[in-house]
Amino acid sequence: MTETTFVPKFDDDEDTGRKLAIICSKGNLDMAYPGLILANAALGEGVETHLFFTFWGFDMIIKERMDDLKFSPSGNTAMHLPVGDWRIPQALAPMPGMQPMATHMLKKQIADLGVPEVPEFLEIIKASGGKLWACRMSADMNHVTMDDLYEGVDAIINAADFIEMTDGAQMLFI
Amino acid sequence: MPVTTIEGREVQVDDEGFMTVYDEWDEQLGGALAKLIDVDMTDEHWKAIQFLRSDFKTEGVTPTLRRVSTAGGLDMKRLFELFPKKPAKKMAYIAGLPKPHGCV
Repeated sequence: MTETTFVPKFDDDEDTGRKLAIICSKGNLDMAYPGLILANAALGEGVETHLFFTFWGFDMIIKERMDDLKFSPSGNTAMHLPVGDWRIPQALAPMPGMQPMATHMLKKQIADLGVPEVPEFLEIIKASGGKLWACRMSADMNHVTMDDLYEGVDAIINAADFIEMTDGAQMLFI
Repeated sequence: MPVTTIEGREVQVDDEGFMTVYDEWDEQLGGALAKLIDVDMTDEHWKAIQFLRSDFKTEGVTPTLRRVSTAGGLDMKRLFELFPKKPAKKMAYIAGLPKPHGCV
């Protein structure tokens, strides 16, 4: 047995300057989560975190849509049913009823892990100090203004603003 | 497992310094651990630590930050103020528990 007097390093004193920027470009339920989970983890580690929502990712922050993202097994050969490890044959994936069923199943699996739905997840990210940015071009394409967006969104900014503000950041495109 | 001395008491810790034996902890030790990482304990801090301790006892794992907020009824924003930058790890350290393993 060794005797030590060590304390975990929490990097309090040094401003590491680490910054993370995540571009969320997908609006499918399954693709909304990676960005949210990583942003939440980074904030919990004291990392300055920015989320930039663009193209289909806009559905994550449009008030009327954010709570209603869908998951489709169509085109996703990695989707297995939770029982029996069966894959859904791709020919059946576009059938009526498949998407609601798959969405319901995925939502349940996520909820069973105690992971929140998208709107609540964004709320947590905001409370943890995360920044949410909406893409100018996507806003114009969708004809939406700040009034249509989740109230936690900091601003609608253009691509150049985003590049400027994420100077020195680690970037993830999802 | 390494052993470290805190407040003149020998406690078992992991490679990073997190305590590994639940029953070696008491509030006095928790106060000393807090001092080591420059957290000034108030009643609000203790409320969070007490939740971690009791939740670990029933669940067998250290609660994640979200669980402290939802099941423990503590405001997320406030937790970041009480335990700056890395609230989940700091709370676990002060509570004498392993780091949380959950992702969310």
